[in-house]
Amino acid sequence: MLEVTLKQELPGFTLDVSFEVPTGLTVLFGRSGAGKTSIINAVAGLSRPQAGRIVADGRVLLDTDAGTCLPPHRRRIGYIFQEGRLFPHMTVRRNLAYGARFAPRDAPREDMGRVVEMLAIGDLLDRRPGALSGGEKQRVAIGRALLAAPRLILADEPLAALDEERKGEILPYFERLRDEVQVPILYVSHAASEVGRLATSVVALADGKVLRQGSAAEVLGDPAVLPAGAREAGAILAARVVRHHADGLTELEAGGVPLFLPRIGRASGAPVRLRIAAHDVILSRDLPRGLSALNILPGTVAALRPGAGPGVMVAVDTPAGRVLARITERSARALDLAEGAALHAIVKTVSVAPGDVGGSGAAA
Amino acid sequence: MIDGVTPAEWEAVRLSLRVATTATLVSLPLGVVVAYALARWRFPGRELLNIAVHLPLIMPPVVTGYLLLLAFGTQGPIGGLLDRAFGVTFAFRWTGAALASGVMAFPFLVRAVRLSIEAVDPKLEQAAATLGAARPWVFLTVTLPLIVPGVIAGTVLAFAKGMGEFGATITFVSNIPGQTQTIPLAIDLALETPGGAARAARLAVFSIILAALALALSEWVSRRVAARVGGRDA
Repeated sequence: MLEVTLKQELPGFTLDVSFEVPTGLTVLFGRSGAGKTSIINAVAGLSRPQAGRIVADGRVLLDTDAGTCLPPHRRRIGYIFQEGRLFPHMTVRRNLAYGARFAPRDAPREDMGRVVEMLAIGDLLDRRPGALSGGEKQRVAIGRALLAAPRLILADEPLAALDEERKGEILPYFERLRDEVQVPILYVSHAASEVGRLATSVVALADGKVLRQGSAAEVLGDPAVLPAGAREAGAILAARVVRHHADGLTELEAGGVPLFLPRIGRASGAPVRLRIAAHDVILSRDLPRGLSALNILPGTVAALRPGAGPGVMVAVDTPAGRVLARITERSARALDLAEGAALHAIVKTVSVAPGDVGGSGAAA
Repeated sequence: MIDGVTPAEWEAVRLSLRVATTATLVSLPLGVVVAYALARWRFPGRELLNIAVHLPLIMPPVVTGYLLLLAFGTQGPIGGLLDRAFGVTFAFRWTGAALASGVMAFPFLVRAVRLSIEAVDPKLEQAAATLGAARPWVFLTVTLPLIVPGVIAGTVLAFAKGMGEFGATITFVSNIPGQTQTIPLAIDLALETPGGAARAARLAVFSIILAALALALSEWVSRRVAARVGGRDA
């Protein structure tokens, strides 16, 4: 558990936030310049804010009223930097072991062998960072932060320096970190897809203020908090893999409703979570027939929210969970949509990107 | 040629090595600290320290020697104090030659080390701090290993400068065979002595050989270290 209260004048805006980070993975979400990096640098002790109080795991790291400001090396915050920052003169093994010697004897420690196995870096141990790919470096950086016996793990846009393919390669390791390690994680990102896949809770920031705080599904469903507005809005559904079909599709089940996706690399019975972007959902009053889309969810309208432009965001409660659809106001009128109206939400099979399919977190 | 080397010439070679080695070893730790302070710390008087370090490089060596004589001579404030307190005398001793060499070589040492410290990404030092390392540990485990090539370069430069120092040494501690007569001073004397040309030539050859050896050694060590520090599999 981490509690953060900060107030600081920054060029162009004032940072004034207060939030809590529970166990699990909390994404600090917002566009560039929203104050995300200022917050985590204050948490790590790399900068000294004008006013604030930060408590991690019962330990006061910063309290400007009491004049307390622990230096970074006494905070025990595992920081995963955007660019890895591995020590170039040490082997991977020595990079991983670096923090352990400074941790107090009684600190709860991760086992090196287990972490190496979790991150699949066993083959890299005797190599040096200069010989590793970007993705490998980030996996080692995760391990190095974790093995320092931290009270909290910070990750500052750890995927931003990687190309799309490498991002997909690293995301599963953050899922394992979230699911297998008890340390709370504060993860900075401006990508809705990372939030959808990783977050158990979200703190949405804009212009130095907390815009909204809540579960990933709640926050992502609110176009007002998304950096790209309605274009990035979407719903998160918890599902389970049923079987893989011979035609290359994977059948999932969510709340009793079957869903079809291009094949995903997960075993039958495995829990997954899906992100369904609002612009990929079509609404229909009648059960459509002769339609190429495979995924049709029956539901009722839970809320209608007009957007800034000609669009309307429609929240539809279905047996699989709440789905968001972005349609034009004209369509909404034509369909005579109102709260409680029964309809069908149609999701094009191909629209669920593999990058948005993740292992299920503690709270989707 | 070796057959013709007189005991006095061997003495000058031995003395030069002793003076340059002592000067280098003593100024090395101090040079690293000063270089670190200049590269990383912001403190009042930083620019003054920078100028003081570089003065021997830009002043005429005779002036440096003269100032050393004033300060470290037996009658000088520092020299007198050291003499009374520890029995350390600089005037007209090989220790004085080492001091002059060290002072003259110091700017070379500091410049080389400082450049390499400035090339170390402070973000790596930050990363070490977040992993629990206090400042001295960060320096010993991250900064120092990464600046080893610069420290080696600075050491070789300082050693070479120490071997070749002339002006400050002769001004400060004079030209005394067996005490302060290093190779350059011996060459100078030989050239002023009738029939000393062969002696001067032999000493010059020694000087060149030693300088080349020092350079070759440092190149060899640097290559090994660079492979390690460069982060590639060695």
